Amino acid sequence: MDLTVDWGEVHALLGENGAGKTTLMNVVYGLTRPDAGEVLFDGQPAHVSSPLDAIRLGIGMVHQHFMLIPPLTVAENVVLGHETARTGVMDLQEARREVARLAEAQGLEVDAGARVADLSVGMQQRVEILKALYRGARLLVLDEPTAVLTPPEAERLFEVVRQLTDAGSAVIFITHKLAEVMAVADRITVMRRGQVVATTAPADSSPADLARLMVGRPVLLRVEKGEAHPGDAVLRVDDLVVEDDRHNTAVDHVSLDVRAGEIVGVAGVEGNGQDQLIEAILGLRHPRHGRILLGERDITHLSTRRVLLDGIGHIPADRHSMGVIVDLNVADNLILSDYDRPPYARGLLRQIATVIEHARRVIRAFDIRAESPEQPLSSLSGGNQQKVVVARELDSDPRVLVASQPTRGVDVGSIEFIHRQLISRRDAGMAVLLVSSELDEILSLADRVAVMYRGRVVAVLEGDQIESGRIGLLMAGAA
Amino acid sequence: MTAAVIARARSFALPLVSVLLGLAAGAVAVLLAGTNPADAYVALFQGSFTNNNAFTETLVATIPYVFLGLSVSVGFRAGLFNIGGAGQLFLGGIFAAFIGYRVTGLPVVLHLPLALLAGMVGGFLWGAIPGLLKARFGAHEVITTIMLNYIAALLTDFLVNRGSMSDPHTASPQTPPMLATARLPIIVPDSRLHLGLLLAILAVPVVWFLLERTTIGFRIRAVGLNAAAARGAGISVGWTMVTVMGISGALAGLAGAVQVLGVSGVLTPSLSSGVAFDAIAVALLGGSNPAGVLPAALLFGALKSGASFMQLQTQVSADLISIVQAAVIVFVAAPLLVRWLFRLRAAPAAPVSITEGGLGQTPPREGVA
Repeated sequence: MDLTVDWGEVHALLGENGAGKTTLMNVVYGLTRPDAGEVLFDGQPAHVSSPLDAIRLGIGMVHQHFMLIPPLTVAENVVLGHETARTGVMDLQEARREVARLAEAQGLEVDAGARVADLSVGMQQRVEILKALYRGARLLVLDEPTAVLTPPEAERLFEVVRQLTDAGSAVIFITHKLAEVMAVADRITVMRRGQVVATTAPADSSPADLARLMVGRPVLLRVEKGEAHPGDAVLRVDDLVVEDDRHNTAVDHVSLDVRAGEIVGVAGVEGNGQDQLIEAILGLRHPRHGRILLGERDITHLSTRRVLLDGIGHIPADRHSMGVIVDLNVADNLILSDYDRPPYARGLLRQIATVIEHARRVIRAFDIRAESPEQPLSSLSGGNQQKVVVARELDSDPRVLVASQPTRGVDVGSIEFIHRQLISRRDAGMAVLLVSSELDEILSLADRVAVMYRGRVVAVLEGDQIESGRIGLLMAGAA
Repeated sequence: MTAAVIARARSFALPLVSVLLGLAAGAVAVLLAGTNPADAYVALFQGSFTNNNAFTETLVATIPYVFLGLSVSVGFRAGLFNIGGAGQLFLGGIFAAFIGYRVTGLPVVLHLPLALLAGMVGGFLWGAIPGLLKARFGAHEVITTIMLNYIAALLTDFLVNRGSMSDPHTASPQTPPMLATARLPIIVPDSRLHLGLLLAILAVPVVWFLLERTTIGFRIRAVGLNAAAARGAGISVGWTMVTVMGISGALAGLAGAVQVLGVSGVLTPSLSSGVAFDAIAVALLGGSNPAGVLPAALLFGALKSGASFMQLQTQVSADLISIVQAAVIVFVAAPLLVRWLFRLRAAPAAPVSITEGGLGQTPPREGVA
């Protein structure tokens, strides 16, 4: 494949997960060696065999997960590895001045003396960008930079990116979000299965065109859904307080209910208590205060096993760490929480034939692309692995489905499928609690939206109130 | 079909190559010491297989390796590194010996199984303790099992020297002899080979069945492969740790019981003599797979039983086998090195290494609930 990036442009690299965007950028940054072909920088063949080479050339990369040391200050983080020292003693004053100067020159206002741990995620990202610029980067690679940002923070990032390119630098912006591409890119390269399928510009293209290019067929960007007909509240969370691992209050007196036949979306930037709320509902974390009711039954202090048996299904946010066991086969993953109950086990004996028969049926019903129920789950694509999770949780027909980031890391085609499933289950009377940091997902699926900010539900919106500008502001803490 | 056969052949390739490389490393050591390695290995082979009684002695030495290798493997499968085999073996020995000489008047069909069962119970309890400590307090099993090894060894020492189990009729530190009804019968006349061999061979499919076909085994594997996902699916990670350490301990305890009832006939402080530690290597070489443990145990049994004849015959120190064993483990634990040396393609199922098995893992904090 070929890709050319010019000075002074924002070049968006668009593609589904697994399309090869990150691999390509790892080659540019010297983390992966190409099997064939070469990288030209400033017209010269560049031999980038390590990130050090890349930095020397003027290539900087901001990873999806920040590589910062939280207890150190902004200045210390920025100069790390390039400290100015006098007779072996680090000159922190000089470092702070230098970083402040650089920040001002680039329009990246940030307090050079602040501890990184005290900064917001958006600010931390700026520190990462500063770090790259401090090392002399003229080509900046941003890998999914908006995944952790609030909408207003993302806006500010776009401004920063503009300033950098106006000053002559080049920015490669890796993303799978169509709206961002339209907003920020000068040119767009769409990748699919390791190949460039198109290079275009926002003016010559539309989100629908780009989606079709990404997936290879026309895609419905919005699922069609009818009016919700909610019944009685099935899941009720009452004045709940939950602590995180460090005993900080993560969920702060939250009350929320989900009725049968409706999808309640929980919007919020990641890390505002959503994970702890879900863990408390599922019995994975003991709340400090408050109650959780399933129907009329108090499930606050039940074990996870009881909660699952009582009719709560769970699609966890992080598939690999919690949703599946990739080294087990597809069939075993489809009965992960039912492994010791009939018909999958009789007494202590597992009924393998039944397990495999069940898997065959589910694989067909949910259109999971697997050659055999007995192949290891790791041999499936990410989208199909997620379908296994969704299929498992929906097949048992729970009264309440707690779905956290149900389409993260999933290709557009599977997203469409999963969204349709959620809607049709809602219509069949299931109560769905949908936690997502993708605002688009909330907007297109939720019948009511609860916005979480710093552990509190700051608003519950319905009907016409559900609107992206308003939710974005609430997510950022502007009441 | 053929693809599966090739995949299976590949998973055998690594341990096999590792063994050959280990023997080669031993040969270098012999050469440096000024002896012809071929002579040493011929003598070793004679001492293990072809001399009078050599083969039955090899099998006698193999028996505890099978039980202990299975014990370590079961732990590995749950992501736990049970180094407590020695301690659990001692407890198995103590429990079995107590039944073996104290309980009188039972027929052999009751007395022997009871003594074996007692050995398993002793090992189970001793193994469950570190499981409980890990589940409840997050105490790493490597540390706690090592500590419990010392306690078990000293407890045995105490019991057979001055304690309530010492034999008043002899000055040497041992229990009274096991009653005939509790002894494992000799199965080959004029040898020391006892019924324990059949028990060991039987234990292999039993453990395989436990891991692959029962709900307990599914829990063990699920926790070993992804504890967070197991927890999310409602599996109690804490209780699984207790169970698996108990099962692992029971197998080690059975090894202790079999040694007392089949070989020595008395319990002495030298019951362990390093077999439990060698067994970690057996499990690694066997890929933590019950079927793999059997040949690995036979190899270690052969090395052990042939060593003294080799020393007698060629003046090469019996410590050579330690070099061979150590080298084998280095090659098993460094599959990348072996693959690079022989340009082997990656086997689909990588053998469980120590890092996967638990040493490198931080224990998940989990309540027993």
